[in-house]
Amino acid sequence: MSILAQQAQLTAPPIDYGAVAPLLIILGAACVAVLIEAFLPRHQRWPAQVVLSIVALVAAGLALALYAGNSGPEGITTISDALAVDRPTLFLWGTLLALGLGSILLIADRSVEPGGAFLASAASRAAVGGGGGGVATGGGVGGGDPDPDRGYGSPDQAPTMQTEVFPFTLFALAGMMTFCAANDLLTMFIALEVLSLPLYLMCGLARRRRLLSQEAAVKYFLLGAFASAFFLYGLALLYGYAGSVRFSEIAAASAGSQKSDALLLGGLGLLVVGLMFKASVGPFHTWTPDVYQGAPTPVTAFMGACTKVAAFGGILRVLYVAFGDTRWEWRGVLWAVAIASMVIGAVIGLTQTDVKRMIAYSSVAHAGFLLLGAMSITAAGTSGTLFYLLAYGFTTLAVFGVISLVRGPDGEATHLSQWAGLAKRSPVVAAVMSFLLLALAGIPLTSGFTAKFAVFSAASADGMVPLVVIALIASAVAAFFYVRVIVLMYFSEPAPDGPTVTVPGAFTTAAITLGVLVTLLLGIVPTLALGWAGAGTFVG
Amino acid sequence: MTPTYYLLLSALLFSIGAVGVLVRRNAIVVFMCIELMLNSVNLTLVTFARINGALDGQVIAFFVMVVAAAEVVVGLAIIMSIFRTRRTASVDDANLLKY
Repeated sequence: MSILAQQAQLTAPPIDYGAVAPLLIILGAACVAVLIEAFLPRHQRWPAQVVLSIVALVAAGLALALYAGNSGPEGITTISDALAVDRPTLFLWGTLLALGLGSILLIADRSVEPGGAFLASAASRAAVGGGGGGVATGGGVGGGDPDPDRGYGSPDQAPTMQTEVFPFTLFALAGMMTFCAANDLLTMFIALEVLSLPLYLMCGLARRRRLLSQEAAVKYFLLGAFASAFFLYGLALLYGYAGSVRFSEIAAASAGSQKSDALLLGGLGLLVVGLMFKASVGPFHTWTPDVYQGAPTPVTAFMGACTKVAAFGGILRVLYVAFGDTRWEWRGVLWAVAIASMVIGAVIGLTQTDVKRMIAYSSVAHAGFLLLGAMSITAAGTSGTLFYLLAYGFTTLAVFGVISLVRGPDGEATHLSQWAGLAKRSPVVAAVMSFLLLALAGIPLTSGFTAKFAVFSAASADGMVPLVVIALIASAVAAFFYVRVIVLMYFSEPAPDGPTVTVPGAFTTAAITLGVLVTLLLGIVPTLALGWAGAGTFVG
Repeated sequence: MTPTYYLLLSALLFSIGAVGVLVRRNAIVVFMCIELMLNSVNLTLVTFARINGALDGQVIAFFVMVVAAAEVVVGLAIIMSIFRTRRTASVDDANLLKY
């Protein structure tokens, strides 16, 4: 009887549907995409999935713009404070949706890799081909041999692609959007898993180089699950400390507390390990090069651009809202992490011979720079980091788009030696790649320069001048390996059996153009985006 | 019996799991160690819920169980696919990607 009485008192929390509409649209589209996989015949799935994904992303973007236009600069929390929709959230959502659109275009392309870059079940054929010693790495296991049992097309047709990547991408994107907006640690943990689980699977779907791809998936999965266990233990300790997992209550508990700080700092430490892993910062980066190299390049583009945005969005909110008042206690540790990340990324990046690995180490260095902005708990630090994420995301997306175009007989030619003299084969691709690499290095008139300037000036204003000096040195070191690629492309003789540059289809062209345009515009007229990034602060 | 003992027990289980992830070779065993870590966190959460006299921790433990179940699905699928290709689940043999 008493249970019934309690149930009568339960009321559903009010939901501001306008605020969370973009998130609901993406999640709904992901569920519809699963149904499409289940019920449509194989040859109809690709067009249906592409149309659905693009329509969903555009609709979510419109809903976002509508809400952003009608709401004030102060944010709200909704679904009984589980999600916080404020200006930084809206900025991150917009960034994620735009990057997601670019990634979907790269993933959907079927002209660069005939039939698309994804195939799920070549495993049995790979075992025949040479699974034992791992010699089949270079062999095109998927490419030309269709499997009539599974309906991948007849021998004279290119096999169709594995269209499950579209629902995976949409689910991952919804997880990332929730991760940025999460206002308590439990929502954040669930969002972390929703964004990670599809990514683990997407890594293992490459049509070519199956062994590398599967190895990347296993490594990503095991290390990712390990890191989320740390995140979760941190959550448990903070729950023990504060009696709640809500950010504002953790902040309130740490403000005037007589309790020992062991639980708070221990919990924060473990939590940060999990977050830094996802953002591929510093000493927690070990998965990054392997997974970036092994995963299919469109997935690497999605991962490199969107995961970074989501992870740093989460880090910003946790540090700002939950631990802003205790910053003098944790900042020393994050100094060490940021230095480690910048040095590791810049120095080890120098020795890389594979383009995708090189960009992976560059992303580790960039994560260190981003951490500088995230550590300075000021409005300038927040807006600088947000702007940096926007700029970095689009540049990375376009870089991986270009990498997917340079192909040898057995798939992508990612070894640096194969890029020698590329400018003579394809001046346009070489010029685009050079521009993007210069943007990653942070040369003026590109978005990279503006972003670095915003983050470094915020950090030095907040008393982190030594760190900024180290960051500038690391940028200079990292610039060396970007410029090395440019020199290689322009001033070397092309190898006689070098790779060819594929003429991209409309989708890949659109994605690369989007990335290059944003990189250029943010470098020349950054004011508008900087204004959006600084339009408001986190709601508690 | 004070609840603190349960916290110590769960910390111990978490450490055993973490060490297991680092030293074991078989991907399945590594994965089981990760599950051990997640379950030790559940014990911590329930203990803190008891100490705090609130139900939140127990509810969170349910969420963790659901997530762990989803993770098993994805994880075993990935490990199965690499096992089919290589005929081994040893994480030491997966060494094509390095440097």
